[in-house]
Amino acid sequence: MLFEVTADPLHPQPLIDHVRKDESGAVAVFLGVVRDNSRGRRVLHLEYDAYPEMATSVMRGIAEDAMERWPLTDVAIQHRTGRLEIGETSLLIAVSSSHRAEAFAACHHLVDRFKESVPIWKKEVWEGGEVWIEGGPVGRD
Amino acid sequence: MKARVRLFARLADLAGTRETEVELGEGLSAADAFRLLCQRFPELADHSDSVMYAVNAEYVNSDHSLRDGDELALIPPVSGGDRAV
Repeated sequence: MLFEVTADPLHPQPLIDHVRKDESGAVAVFLGVVRDNSRGRRVLHLEYDAYPEMATSVMRGIAEDAMERWPLTDVAIQHRTGRLEIGETSLLIAVSSSHRAEAFAACHHLVDRFKESVPIWKKEVWEGGEVWIEGGPVGRD
Repeated sequence: MKARVRLFARLADLAGTRETEVELGEGLSAADAFRLLCQRFPELADHSDSVMYAVNAEYVNSDHSLRDGDELALIPPVSGGDRAV
């Protein structure tokens, strides 16, 4: 397992290589990428803030839950912080398992859980303004 | 007794700092510490309903008692409720 918060650009292949084991028949990968629009506004770039020590421990918690729920061979999660331009990758989740159904299901589940509980925040910056995007209060694990 | 306080995202912007300290009285809770911080940073007060607390990097209830040397984090809502993401 690998859990990381980093200011460096994210690349999927090293994470795929990390989770792929010889007994894995499937690797599902999710990339969260920066899009150029939100709520009808043209987004110029995003800025991510994080509580890194806690973020990695919450990531580990949701990954361990997923490993109990599905027969996975490995899980790895990375999130980037700082300023990200349109098209750059903010979130990478890679899940390996013997068969594809578990990898898809666990990857989908992990993306949802990540966004509910990991202490990382996104600020949208557009021409003439910016706003921190906040959902409901953080869910507890 | 003191606790270190960390602030993030909107709360850090409002307070103009990412880190501060609170002096702890006996049995002071996370929510008590937040109320003390609101005296110093009044802009935070509007967010008392949405803030969550973590102590030493784990979520806690607002009535969690702080101890000397604890790290209290004020956690604004994460963007996860935003299903469009």
